Amino acid sequence: MAPVTPRPDRAAPAVELRHIDKRFGPVHANRDVSLVVRAGTIHGIVGENGAGKSTLMGILYGYHRPDRGEILVDGRPVVIRSSRDALSAGIGMVHQHFMLVETFSVLENVVLGVEGGFRLRAGIAAARAELARLGREYHLEVDPDARVADLSVGQRQRVEILKVLLRGANVLVLDEPTAVLTPGEADHLFRILTALARQGKSILLITHKLREIREVTDVVTVMRHGRIVGTLPTVETTSAQLAELMVGRAVALTVEKQPFRPGEPLLQVGDLVIEDALGVERVKGITFTVRRGEIVGIAGVAGNGQSELLEALAGIRSVKAGRITWKGRELSDARERSPRGMRRMGVAHVPEDRQRMGLVMAIAARESAILGYHDERTYNGALRLRRAAIATGFQEQAKEYDIRPADGSRRTSTFSGGNQQKIVLARELDRHPDLLLVGQPTRGVDIGAIEFIHRRLAALRDSGKALLIVSVELEGLLALADRILVMHDGRIAGEVLPSAATERSIGLLMAGVTDPGAT
Amino acid sequence: MTPVLLPVLNLAVALGLSALVVVLVGESPFRAWKLLTVGAFGSGEAIGYTLYYATTFVFTGLAVAVAFHGGLFNIGAEGQAYLGGLGVALVCLAAGAWPSLLVVPGAIIAAAGFGAAWAFLPGWLQARRGSHIVITTIMFNFIASSLMTYLLVNVLIKPGQQSPETPEFAPSTWLPQLHEVLAAAGWQIGRSPVNLSSILALIACGVVWFYLWRTRWGYALRVFGHSETAAVYGGIAPTRTVVVAMSISGALAGLMSVNEIMGVQHRLLLNFTGGAGFVGIAVALMGRNHPVGIVLAAILFGALYQGGSELSFDMPTLTRDIVVVIQGLIILVCGAFEHALRRPVDALLRGSAPARDRAVEELAETSATSR
Repeated sequence: MAPVTPRPDRAAPAVELRHIDKRFGPVHANRDVSLVVRAGTIHGIVGENGAGKSTLMGILYGYHRPDRGEILVDGRPVVIRSSRDALSAGIGMVHQHFMLVETFSVLENVVLGVEGGFRLRAGIAAARAELARLGREYHLEVDPDARVADLSVGQRQRVEILKVLLRGANVLVLDEPTAVLTPGEADHLFRILTALARQGKSILLITHKLREIREVTDVVTVMRHGRIVGTLPTVETTSAQLAELMVGRAVALTVEKQPFRPGEPLLQVGDLVIEDALGVERVKGITFTVRRGEIVGIAGVAGNGQSELLEALAGIRSVKAGRITWKGRELSDARERSPRGMRRMGVAHVPEDRQRMGLVMAIAARESAILGYHDERTYNGALRLRRAAIATGFQEQAKEYDIRPADGSRRTSTFSGGNQQKIVLARELDRHPDLLLVGQPTRGVDIGAIEFIHRRLAALRDSGKALLIVSVELEGLLALADRILVMHDGRIAGEVLPSAATERSIGLLMAGVTDPGAT
Repeated sequence: MTPVLLPVLNLAVALGLSALVVVLVGESPFRAWKLLTVGAFGSGEAIGYTLYYATTFVFTGLAVAVAFHGGLFNIGAEGQAYLGGLGVALVCLAAGAWPSLLVVPGAIIAAAGFGAAWAFLPGWLQARRGSHIVITTIMFNFIASSLMTYLLVNVLIKPGQQSPETPEFAPSTWLPQLHEVLAAAGWQIGRSPVNLSSILALIACGVVWFYLWRTRWGYALRVFGHSETAAVYGGIAPTRTVVVAMSISGALAGLMSVNEIMGVQHRLLLNFTGGAGFVGIAVALMGRNHPVGIVLAAILFGALYQGGSELSFDMPTLTRDIVVVIQGLIILVCGAFEHALRRPVDALLRGSAPARDRAVEELAETSATSR
């Protein structure tokens, strides 16, 4: 089913892109991009959001057609019009969002689309044998009869990789594969990738994270503004050098802030229990305090209750049990604990999901920029919204927060991820809240904007306000937070000080290992 | 450019398809179009009828549009309009002896109030009990129908007659018709049922526009319609938003009965709504849920109604049913296949700025969703 394609020319690169050029209207996404991926290597591609990485991979996978340029696979020119063409050329994509049928078994998912005939049984049997072989060779062990719904995120990703391998791919494209993984799972993924490369497969790894590039790739290509600004052997690079190449200037990877001098407690949470819509307990009794002048970070693998906690504190989600105390007074009234009530008391919220929650994609940006504050005096006459005030408000925010383009009449969806995040931040920071709840402050935001966002958040803390930040980006939390609470399975698994912690020690807590001696 | 060009092109395609139907029936499409156009716009009388139908569709179209901006699909405008008629009738029958200046506004308020109440219930059921608004509003159409039949046959019927109708209202409650008003000013036009409720329809358009795009409540409604999650985050209460949006929607649908009952029939009769609530869905769809678009679409449908009946009168082979087929084709092409021509049109206009902006927008959206 997956014959090893004999290579006509050993010396030819596995994939070569020559002078690829692609425009979307006025956006020049790829400019004369030439890239060589050698067989048996892990090739990293880094760049800020909008640097053209995803477009380039889309071209390789048949989602976009290049305006100019050609693609060579094993030295032969190929035309890729669809993902089917890509697969037959031996190029497979491991998607960031898993495309699996949850109620099917691993085996059923893997053969989906390549059942190999009218009757299922023969194809399934062949696939079972092939899975066993692939599992042995590449550390890709997954129980073929397990239901996908019962698998962990890391295992699901392995199923995606198996799918691609079973279809005979020699080149694997992985787009931000570790975004959803624990550090431990990410390490396992890297072992798989290394094994695959050793067997002659080529890996294209797209990532934001410099650490991964340094840990696993052989060669790294840096893209900026649609161009390739450098392709280097990884061993010859440093993180600072890569960051500078990506952004085009030197980047501060640390956050400057004043010495830690916490003030009186603002928010006290006691034995908080939160259920989701299905009645499953997502937060199982949490107690902590946030004081003035400190940034409390909450680390954890996505889905361990952090989101629910943040939404409950913002008043969006109701609480099953426990106390929330604000400035020494317990909030018991449902009105006070509503999103509106919390906002009025000085709790602002930058939600994790800015596209679904923090902004309204389909309306004008300046309208999105008043969400939650649309009832305020500033924006309202007796009857009508004061559109002039809304427009100048956006202009001022755009100037102060460098939101580009500074045109508030454009639809919110036309702004890039980083600029959307700045719209939300500007809106929430503008009210000088006593407590700012932040979910994933830098998710999908490029390095230049991360630096800016970190600076603004630190400035809020230095002015004597408090922040509670939930993030899966440990690097960012370690740079920003004064204390880090690690959540696992709805509980706080431990508290660490960034000065004394490493990504690895936090990673163990994230995995639920509370006793470091156990490993 | 595209927002204007696209509906026009869609309409052209629909008319082309209709021409095909006319040819299949064995008639000349050109003669048919001429008859239809003349029938709808050829005389003062024809225009009057077209505007009379259009007025009805403006009300129901606005009703559907307001709910739609809140992400709610109100299929119950028919029943809400029907109940609005009950409100008009009760006020006009009870207070017929009062001066016009009291009873007319009272009846208009009753029309809106009864319509609003009939939409409030499905709205409340959706917000509180999670009953889907599409299902409940359809069901409420049936309930309205049965209720009104019962009331007209057993309670409100004019004593001593067979036909299920109320007695005629006192003339003080009649809305002046346009030909009467103009005749008083010394200008003779043909008799037609178009009446002062057309002004009310235009006022309603203005109020709806102001509400949706110029007030914080309209803002809240639109945010809720686009993203309930974002609305909750922004402190916009879902229950209240749904109930208020549905009530406004129902009130607008109820106002449709002012045109029919106070303007023309001067009594309440069975099934006076005649499907206008459903046409309102097509009108809102075609008018892109914007009051200006709704007025244009309502005039188009009014013309089809009026011109269509003239057409089947002059061309007996083109029966009423064929006219309905043509209307159906227009709804199909302009509504269901609305975006089928979007890509080619955009491609044609590429190079002109708006199309480019949209391409960028779409790009941003696809990259946003794929992220």
